[in-house]
Amino acid sequence: MAYAADHAADHHDHKPNPFWRWFGSTNHKDIGTLYLVFSVITGIIGAALSVVMRMELSDPGVEFLVKENGDPNGHFWNTIITAHGVIMIFFVVMPALIGGFGNWFVPLMIGAPDMAFPRMNNISFWLLVPALAFGILSAVVGGGAGTGWTFYPPLSVMQPDKMSVSFAIFALHMAGASSIMGAINFITTILNMRAPGMTLHRMPLFAWAMLVTAFLLLLAVPVLGGAITMLLADNALGTCFFCAEGGDPVLFQHLFWFFGHPEVYIMILPAFGIVSHVVSTFSRKPIFGYLGMAYAMVSIGFIGFVVWAHHMYTVGMPTNVQAYFTLATMVIAVPTGIKIFSWIATMWGGAIRFTTPMLWAVGFIFLFTLGGVTGVMLSMAQFDKTLHDTYFVVAHFHYVLSMGAVFAIFCGWYYWIGKMSGRQYPEWAGQLHFWTFFAGVNLIFFPQHFLGLQGMPRRYIDYLDTQAFYNAISSWGAYFSFASTLFFLCIAIYTLVAGRRVGDNYWGDGATTLEWSVSSPPPFHTFDDLPQIEPEAAH
Amino acid sequence: MADAHHGPNHDYHLLEPSIWPLTTSISVGVLLFGLVLLFHFDPNASYEGLMANVIDVRWFIVGLAGAGVIASVFGWWGDVIKESRQGDHKPIVQLGLRYGMLFFIASEVMFFFAFFWAYFNFGVTEEAWPPKGTEAFNPIDMPLYNTVILLLSGVTVTWAHEAIRHGNRSDYMISLGLTILLGVLFSGMQAVEYIEAFSVFGYGPDAEGVVRTYPSVFLIATGFHGAHVIIGTTFLAVCWFRGLANNITKEKHFGFEAAAWYWHFVDVVWLFLYVSIYWGIFDRG
Repeated sequence: MAYAADHAADHHDHKPNPFWRWFGSTNHKDIGTLYLVFSVITGIIGAALSVVMRMELSDPGVEFLVKENGDPNGHFWNTIITAHGVIMIFFVVMPALIGGFGNWFVPLMIGAPDMAFPRMNNISFWLLVPALAFGILSAVVGGGAGTGWTFYPPLSVMQPDKMSVSFAIFALHMAGASSIMGAINFITTILNMRAPGMTLHRMPLFAWAMLVTAFLLLLAVPVLGGAITMLLADNALGTCFFCAEGGDPVLFQHLFWFFGHPEVYIMILPAFGIVSHVVSTFSRKPIFGYLGMAYAMVSIGFIGFVVWAHHMYTVGMPTNVQAYFTLATMVIAVPTGIKIFSWIATMWGGAIRFTTPMLWAVGFIFLFTLGGVTGVMLSMAQFDKTLHDTYFVVAHFHYVLSMGAVFAIFCGWYYWIGKMSGRQYPEWAGQLHFWTFFAGVNLIFFPQHFLGLQGMPRRYIDYLDTQAFYNAISSWGAYFSFASTLFFLCIAIYTLVAGRRVGDNYWGDGATTLEWSVSSPPPFHTFDDLPQIEPEAAH
Repeated sequence: MADAHHGPNHDYHLLEPSIWPLTTSISVGVLLFGLVLLFHFDPNASYEGLMANVIDVRWFIVGLAGAGVIASVFGWWGDVIKESRQGDHKPIVQLGLRYGMLFFIASEVMFFFAFFWAYFNFGVTEEAWPPKGTEAFNPIDMPLYNTVILLLSGVTVTWAHEAIRHGNRSDYMISLGLTILLGVLFSGMQAVEYIEAFSVFGYGPDAEGVVRTYPSVFLIATGFHGAHVIIGTTFLAVCWFRGLANNITKEKHFGFEAAAWYWHFVDVVWLFLYVSIYWGIFDRG
């Protein structure tokens, strides 16, 4: 009997051989790791593309992206901005935040042994691989798809090689299917597999963030699927939904942004969740206004579905429609303000430790607020019409994405790498990475506000000589932050190979959620015995 | 033996590794690659190098990858049925499957939302709708028969559900069989309608002087609905064969219920299509 029991325990902790473990995985932690590795690789590609863009824009005139006869190659430029946008959104931020941290920590935080549908979890990851291959094909076939990540027709159905656009559309179809299956998985896991005693109102905020994100994915991504299916038909099958000869290109913009606006919250809500945990941990206080924080995310999710046309004020909408979208958009600042003030109130009077994750979290709060403020400015239709498609908009959405979502990715990485790998990063290196990256991205994007106010258009290969100064600063910022990112790669490799080993809860008293109750790294299967949640132990 | 490290002390279903997700995604990737080649094949163009080799075998790529998808799905759902029969689907797991199917259908609703949005958009913005010169289908003809067929199939599938809930297997087989026949009948009628549609609408890029938005949105909305009818019929047919093998039972029949939910969803989409596109609540001019 003893032998049988030992054997059962052995078998239980026995990991499958490497092929099955990584190619046939049904384990949420391994799939989360696959997602994170994937997004590191794609992140380097996406960042390299932005360095190419900043090299071209570092001086007036077109130096690098030229045709064989030396003329500026504007289409090549468009191809690069398209690839940069698609890769960063669908293949870096979403896989890292949702697939990576979501997979790793939602089951751990709610006390579930795994995700609800482990095999579907795996295909969510593996569909991203052909999707990425299609994305790359779309950038190289026949000169590439220079449509912008928004795929607006008629430009997107008038490309030099229509095949490139079809590849890009199918890339989004596969990434979208992956997202929808992931969303179904997260919702089912959170609703059905919480540990005994963990009511929704005792659930950690990261799990709340993922629940709202999953609902946004579930309801928004299929609309994109329908829209790009019609676009594909226009591009390849001779229909006319959006074509210039009698179709309605503005219809595509409506459908796209009905997805696109929830999409920006899909990218930022998981970031809100991570930052809440980090701020609470390193202030050694429970989060201020827990229920308000949770329902702020729910209301951001709801309102996020009824503000889409603020991306398209210039298409010629009636004034009262513009007024509605202006008002509705400004309303989002209310729940967002609840979140920012609650983070500050959490820190207020806390025993604050400025470790690397806390630096990223505080940096997030500062810079995301800056991006949020320019967002409120742009929400006003009359103001937006002056700055529509200028670098002011580029600066705005990079403040909320590359300093919001990406800061949260680094924040989560430094917070949880010890938990995921059992090894800790060197603190000095993490802090150096933070400060160099912080300086770098602000150098890139802060001057872009001024460029936008000077009227520099986005998605353009050249600019006026008078705009040279701020563009030069912006480019130097890009090189500096790329160097900082390469330094992060070194930290990551060093940590995984030779980092200091850490125990179960290496952050101490402030870290109260369930992932800190298991070993670092956690066993292959966690929570064979489901944890019992007491009211005072919650969030 | 009840010590802590004996193994999972809960009812959730932990799965062994599986090859099917990987084979499915590779097959889907290759299939879509083949479709891109088919879409953009130009018989007048001369292809060079690697492209010439690939374009030559485009039908073979699509066929092979399609077979790969079907084989992967057989293997995957075959495993699900096997696990269900060996008792891995405890009540909590069955509840999870219900959530999963419910939210899958919710995402499908949003997929059709996009096509309805397009239809209503054209309906209110075009000068006349259906556009002048477009001959729309008479709603009191084949579309009405199809409506009756689908509504009737909704009745028979509910009959099948009641039958299996009471353990009446012969009624289940008969009523589910009728539902499948009605589904096939619907698809057959739609095939006839489509043959007519292509000639009536003058569909295609070469059709001069025709307002193409109407046929475009008509074909994509009814076309995707038709595809969903075929998928739903297949789903019900699988449940019929599982009934034959006696593994849809009074106690455990969620596979059938999921198929029935899906069938009702397809039914409701059709009612919206019938009212808005065929009956023409947006018709003017």
